[in-house]
Amino acid sequence: MIRAEGIEKRFGGRAVVRGLSFAVSRGEVMLVTGANGSGKTTLLRLVAGLTTPTRGTLAVEVDRSRLGYLAHEPLLYRELTALENLDLFGRLYHVPERRERVGMLLERFGIWDARSERVSSLSRGMVQRLALCRALLHEPELLVLDEPFTALDEEGAELLDAELVSLASAATLVISTHDPDRVTPLSTSRLALA
Amino acid sequence: MNDYLGDVAALARKDLALELRARDTLPAMVLFVLSTLVVFHFALPRDAGDEAAYGLLWVAIVFTALLGLSRAWVPESRDGAIDALVLATRDRSAIWVAKTLAALAFLAVAELVALPAFALLFAPLDAAAVAGAALASIGLCVVGSLAAALASAGRGREVVLPLLVLPLSIPLVVGGVGASISPQAGDYLLFLGVYDAVFAILSWASFEYVITE
Repeated sequence: MIRAEGIEKRFGGRAVVRGLSFAVSRGEVMLVTGANGSGKTTLLRLVAGLTTPTRGTLAVEVDRSRLGYLAHEPLLYRELTALENLDLFGRLYHVPERRERVGMLLERFGIWDARSERVSSLSRGMVQRLALCRALLHEPELLVLDEPFTALDEEGAELLDAELVSLASAATLVISTHDPDRVTPLSTSRLALA
Repeated sequence: MNDYLGDVAALARKDLALELRARDTLPAMVLFVLSTLVVFHFALPRDAGDEAAYGLLWVAIVFTALLGLSRAWVPESRDGAIDALVLATRDRSAIWVAKTLAALAFLAVAELVALPAFALLFAPLDAAAVAGAALASIGLCVVGSLAAALASAGRGREVVLPLLVLPLSIPLVVGGVGASISPQAGDYLLFLGVYDAVFAILSWASFEYVITE
């Protein structure tokens, strides 16, 4: 599903990702680890198609509309409510039975009661849960998660654990994390960035 | 096509909802254009004639549009929402179309206040002048939304945006003033229509490259 050969990404004169080659087959769970500044976020943005490699080839065999992406930032509108944000992205992804799907995700991630609150008034953990809902809204085939456990409390992290277990059998996952022990049981391959 | 129009409608509605909630663009535009016209009223010599006044109207409109456009992509820049839009829309040009429509709606409201104020303070506006204002506003928002997207991607948005938009707005000012004062107003309106069509096609086609690397 993903094949990278000698990809490099430079910002100005600085190479953030250097000569990276890897392949991820359909249904795999690839764990991306590395210290701060090792290029994990840039690699995930490359896989998501939000930036292009300076050198090398990167083929991602999935339609953009079937890709889910969770970033460091929530990728949400802070002046819209939780419900309005998910409704907007549900419309753009043309999610069938959008309202039911949105309601089900809000319930599942424990933010149904906060559905009418603006994102700007939610706690960081609640925003992360909402960002996860946005990433999962359209039932993606390829899910790219950048530090998904960031800001989640224990309950939220356990919800995500359970979600990842069910997703691992239904989708291809690329997950970067500083807490590899949490995801290692699910992972089928690991990419350690220096 | 229906999906595309649905995307445009959802995105434009989102922009209007954000403005209704935050109210940080439209009131500023209306106040700016009104206060500019009042300042021009006192700055313009009494014997300057209507032609000069029509020119100043266009200075006010262009800078009011710039004020609105400079904030057009702020909600997308915050919290990386633009990345989510880029991934979610099947045809990314829908983002530009929606942003242009929202910018046009805000500018139209500002002009609904500005044009009567101009008629009160300076000189009457005939149908050709109003049509010129409408066509030039479309052109301003068409090129301005694209330029604002470009400017928002880098640092110094407030500097880059006028540098991009002001040269491109010169033909619109010429057309707008010409439609207001020339006996051949129809020629100027035709010119503005052609400008709008050409730049709408160019902006629509190039937005994909502007919004991605």
